[in-house]
Amino acid sequence: MTDTVLQTHELSKRFGGLAAVSNVSLELNVGRIHAVIGPNGAGKSTLINMLSGDLSPTSGRIVYRGGEITGFSADRISRLGIGRSYQKTNIFLGFTAYENCRLAAQSRLPSSMRFFRRATTYHRVRDAAEKALAQAGLENRAGTLASALSHGEQRQLEIAMCLATSPKLLLLDEPLAGMGAEESARMVELLKSLAAGHAMLLVEHDMDAVFTLAEVLTVMVNGCVLESGTPEQIRASPAVREAYLGTEDLAHG
Amino acid sequence: MPASRALTIALFVGLVALALFPLFGDKYYIQLLTKIMIMAIFAMSLDLLVGYTGLVSLGHAAFFGLAGYVLAMMAPQDAAASLWITLPAALGGAALAALIIGFLVLRTSGIYFIMVTLAFAQMLFFFIHDSKYFGGSDGAYVYFRPTAALTGVQLFDLENFNHFYYVVLALMAGVYVLLQVILRSPFGAVIVGIRTNEHRMRSLGYPTFRYKLVCFVIGGTVAGLAGYFNAAQFGFVNPELLSWHQSGIALMMVLLGGMGTLFGPVLGAFAMILLEQLFQGLTEHWLLVMGGFIIAVVLFLPHGLYGLAAQLGRKREAEND
Repeated sequence: MTDTVLQTHELSKRFGGLAAVSNVSLELNVGRIHAVIGPNGAGKSTLINMLSGDLSPTSGRIVYRGGEITGFSADRISRLGIGRSYQKTNIFLGFTAYENCRLAAQSRLPSSMRFFRRATTYHRVRDAAEKALAQAGLENRAGTLASALSHGEQRQLEIAMCLATSPKLLLLDEPLAGMGAEESARMVELLKSLAAGHAMLLVEHDMDAVFTLAEVLTVMVNGCVLESGTPEQIRASPAVREAYLGTEDLAHG
Repeated sequence: MPASRALTIALFVGLVALALFPLFGDKYYIQLLTKIMIMAIFAMSLDLLVGYTGLVSLGHAAFFGLAGYVLAMMAPQDAAASLWITLPAALGGAALAALIIGFLVLRTSGIYFIMVTLAFAQMLFFFIHDSKYFGGSDGAYVYFRPTAALTGVQLFDLENFNHFYYVVLALMAGVYVLLQVILRSPFGAVIVGIRTNEHRMRSLGYPTFRYKLVCFVIGGTVAGLAGYFNAAQFGFVNPELLSWHQSGIALMMVLLGGMGTLFGPVLGAFAMILLEQLFQGLTEHWLLVMGGFIIAVVLFLPHGLYGLAAQLGRKREAEND
């Protein structure tokens, strides 16, 4: 495919004797949400951590827009246009929502080794931060301390910070974790709106959301890919039913 | 914002009081204040690391002492050295040392960082202590204060204690403004982000090591500035200037005044040295009293004297409303 953004080839990560991720190969494309599902401990977060540079793979390759990025540091990967959000909200609690996004957007300056001009006077940075806040639906909360935001808003801010870095590929680790029904619905709308312009890898436990959003699904069990395909294919797969779901979860998805 | 307006007023009043002091005060106190302001510069440079970047260094005196030794080694015995040559050399030496030491120690963090900075400073301490060239444990003299003469024109005379006082006052104010400007710049935003959550800063695309290193070099260079004028004032350097004891004093000033505030360490330097004078006059067990005082401040005023002042300011404002 011509619009392939990222590919992994036989990607593996071992922690001592434990194979957290084994030989995972997948492909992420622009305009398509690719969801990775699986029970706890299936290796989904480890997979994301390898793609984002938080962990370096034991073996295998990661190719991003035609170049190999296997083992690159997290900051370098971010600057290449791969943004990630965290399962556990990972924001600057003592800063306002705007400052969180401003700091994220500032990372796109060629360098922040600038010592004399006020940080708040860089218009490009300010515009990017404001745009990201608006995209995530937080424009009315710009001046609120992150610590004073509701859980759902903090999750939105997590995404907004990611967007403020103008990524081409989004790696989202359980963006719906701990959200109420209404907050979830809002987040699903947000993710849907982002799909058009980005490639997206979504790790999520909320099956309703996954089957609403994803065009491609990969099911992982014990670090291995069990099945990969369209939602219909996954729903129909006997292997998936047997090994992982086998339950009502998928039936009504 | 009223809080920052109150701070601006306090700064202005303090600056005016310090500027007028030599008109009334006697020589002893002018020199005491000079010493305090030099220590305030030193404490501010450490606060940049401890309070803003989250790098608790116990070896910061290495750069303070080193710059003093550069002056002592360059100063001839029978004439004054040029300020315009020895000061850049001292600052350059401190910066270079900070670059090399920072490059190694910044690979660690937390308790390991504290221990490794301490270890490097102690290595330098013993190197200077045990080598004859630097005068060993006896130290070395700076016989004449550096001269500011340049192509025959002399703007100020450091041998004059009043001039020396005003030069140090200007430097203290200058360092405060410079650091304040840096902290509001993109660079400042990055180092404060690193203190809060370094991991997240990396995932946002910041190569954090580089920023910490530059910060460490800035801190070390400013410490060198303080160390240079300390050596110039007392005309004498000894290995104690690089010791962990000296680093500890700066750290206590930062804690006492309130870390992460820049104004706090200045307050801390004044409070600590003035109280030292006070307690020394009262009892020979003054170190005990001093220690008790610092423990009390750390226990009851977690944000230091600056935090206390800010709290009182808010209270008064609330009463006035």
